[in-house]
Amino acid sequence: MNTILKKSSSFFDVYERRPGSDKLTTTYCPGCGHGVLHKLIAEALEDFGVRDKTIFISPVGCSVFAYYYFHTGNVQVAHGRAPAAATGIKRAHPGSIVISYQGDGDLAAIGTAEIIHAANRGEGITVFFVNNAVYGMTGGQMAPTTLIGQKTMTTPRGRTVENEGYPIRMSEIIATLDAPVFVERVMIGDTKSTMHTRQTVRKALKLQIEKNGFSFIEVLAACPSQLKMTPSRSKLWVKEVLEKYFPLGVCKDISIEFEGRKFARKDVKNDELHDILDLETAQVDLEKISQFQDKPINEEIKVAGFGGQGVLSLGTVLSEMGMRHNYEVSWLPSYGPEMRGGTANCSVKISKKKIGSPLVANPTILIAMNRPSLDKFENDVISGGLIIYDDSLIDRKPVRDDVDIIPIPATKLADELGNTKTANMVIVGALIEYKDLMSQKVVLESLGDVLKRKNLVELNQKAILRGAEFIKNLKK
Amino acid sequence: MAKQFLKGNEAVVKGAILAGCRAYYGYPITPASEIAHAAAMYMPLAGGTFVQAESEVAAINMVYGASSAGERVMTASSGPGISLKQEGVSYCAGAELPCVIVDVVRGGPGLGNIAPEQSDYNQVVKGGGHGNYKVLVLAPNSVQEMCDFGMLAFDLADKYRNPVYVLSDGFIGQMMEPVEFPEPVITIPEKAWAIKGNDETSNNLITSIDLDPDDLERHNQKLQQKYAIIEEQEQRAEEYRTDDAEIVLIGYGIISRIIQTVVDELREKGVKAGMLRPITLFPFPKKALEKLTETTKFFLTVEMSNGQLVDDVRLLVEGRKPVHLYTRMGGNVPSTKEIHDEVMKLMRLS
Repeated sequence: MNTILKKSSSFFDVYERRPGSDKLTTTYCPGCGHGVLHKLIAEALEDFGVRDKTIFISPVGCSVFAYYYFHTGNVQVAHGRAPAAATGIKRAHPGSIVISYQGDGDLAAIGTAEIIHAANRGEGITVFFVNNAVYGMTGGQMAPTTLIGQKTMTTPRGRTVENEGYPIRMSEIIATLDAPVFVERVMIGDTKSTMHTRQTVRKALKLQIEKNGFSFIEVLAACPSQLKMTPSRSKLWVKEVLEKYFPLGVCKDISIEFEGRKFARKDVKNDELHDILDLETAQVDLEKISQFQDKPINEEIKVAGFGGQGVLSLGTVLSEMGMRHNYEVSWLPSYGPEMRGGTANCSVKISKKKIGSPLVANPTILIAMNRPSLDKFENDVISGGLIIYDDSLIDRKPVRDDVDIIPIPATKLADELGNTKTANMVIVGALIEYKDLMSQKVVLESLGDVLKRKNLVELNQKAILRGAEFIKNLKK
Repeated sequence: MAKQFLKGNEAVVKGAILAGCRAYYGYPITPASEIAHAAAMYMPLAGGTFVQAESEVAAINMVYGASSAGERVMTASSGPGISLKQEGVSYCAGAELPCVIVDVVRGGPGLGNIAPEQSDYNQVVKGGGHGNYKVLVLAPNSVQEMCDFGMLAFDLADKYRNPVYVLSDGFIGQMMEPVEFPEPVITIPEKAWAIKGNDETSNNLITSIDLDPDDLERHNQKLQQKYAIIEEQEQRAEEYRTDDAEIVLIGYGIISRIIQTVVDELREKGVKAGMLRPITLFPFPKKALEKLTETTKFFLTVEMSNGQLVDDVRLLVEGRKPVHLYTRMGGNVPSTKEIHDEVMKLMRLS
């Protein structure tokens, strides 16, 4: 039987994407490692029957044009970002075979973060890292793997430890991580090393096909043009010089014990989204709120106190309840470091009119739950406004004489109920009673929908009633 | 009229998932972090992917990959993070990849602060990265619109194969308001150009490189034609009491809510004021502005940036009417009173 020797079917027959008249040869220089490695990959894809499933990611560098040759899905990406793009691709199509192909500048300099983290996540991809110790396409500059003493366009007197540091051994770094399954450094130098590289390429791809495992194959290769050597001399240099600093061999191999990486994607139907996204919405019962329909409410409320006093949730409960009374409502927290630094405040607007800025600068109502809050915001309250303050914690009276003032021992009352943290709800009860803002019935009924901790609903209902009772007694 | 009370940063994620988005790649940053929190909570439950990327740069390139693969995908950040993403956005625009980016703008420059600003206008609306490209920009002014624009952005992105921004700010992202949820999107357009890891798409190529100047110029011209169609078809603006307005206040996002209140106050005093609120910042609502240029006596642009918006207004008004600027920066949000006072001052002067 005769065998017709031809190039792999994973390559295009004719390189139509290549500009110019030559559509049959590659753009790679004689002696360059890319052409050989491309061939080894293409043959493996064909032999394993996965060409159609393969997505090849071209980097920036000489192999940017890998898509001229590979008859696979092709994505060309930004400098250094192939492992990040590979992450997005593989997670979209978990059944595909994703190859991230990078050079030394791309992977070990500008893209260091991306390769480390893709490896650390153990993405189900195969990374081919071509290390030829120099920038090829960009014009012969120093690579992170350039050897000490090696002259390049940016190390004209040779790389020095003092100025540029040492060449980086990426395989050894990647092998320290837990997630990678197979890490090996190979070489395209002589026939023997190339044949071994062929085996390694196949093992790495098979690992992705069968177990969705991450593998990292560093390939020492020649760049005759930038090394300014003949092809045969440059290959000898790889073997005799480069390999001394970058020893060949397996850095990590857990392929036998590795059980495979699972895919997390699943199909979810549209009608399941309502529950998944927690799209439950609050109904407005017009009958129950009828007496509040025509009230010209326009309150701007500032709630302030220590972090942990439930200042923000006091605001959200007021807003949520306002929403259930068909009011326009907004809530805005003081966010960021201030929130984490011990004091907290929020702005709440409850109005019959459309709300402009959600920020309350001059409140109609100030709720002060500690002394610093009273000190900070007392003067901002509009004339004729209201100050509610917790006089079980604040040791001074407000000085304003042009506003209503209600001292309420909210924390003390909450303690009596058995939980200091319900002080905020005592104030909610007091406020809606005093201002006749909302239906107490609706507030009590919907508290369970609003509070995150369902086991505390009953206690908080009691706190609201306690606050209301306090005001009723005050009015007597 | 059933509603849910939630944060802008959460609403945009729910909107996105209802729009069929099933992938989120992002890096935490205040005041945008709740977007990542919500995506981390809901994306996997909805059958999708959430990855906290190692950097903003990696995040946008994960988006690039997912979009190449045909997914509806999003990311979000704030000023400094958007600056880092710009190269990747340029690649997306060059390779014509649809994606949605939410920018919850904070105070700058540099580390600045985390209070709201609108100082990303130039870096978002003007493209921001390298090359001759444009991105669509939607500017919500409420939590409801964070949800609605979260959906609309994906339709526009797919329609034009282009990145779309939702340009928000610290207030719109952090505040809570009632939201009515729209119905989920039933069908997402088929993307024959995408790479799906199958035989049918193994001839497809996603790239932005083209070494031949003539070819690259043709590609650029094709992009410009697309942007011209977008300018023609996608201008969106809200006009408020402009019919007989002699003074038109211009502002987008959170500012539009404040100037709408100012307009009402001025009207009560008998001042014929109105508001033009750009909803799309690219395309800028030229048609609406052109019409108002004929009727108004002067414009007052209000922005939380150093005149970045007013540049676009002045470019279009071309000196035919005075265009004034009132600006606050550093995270300060102007009050209705200070804008009101500014209008009264300008009226005395004019």
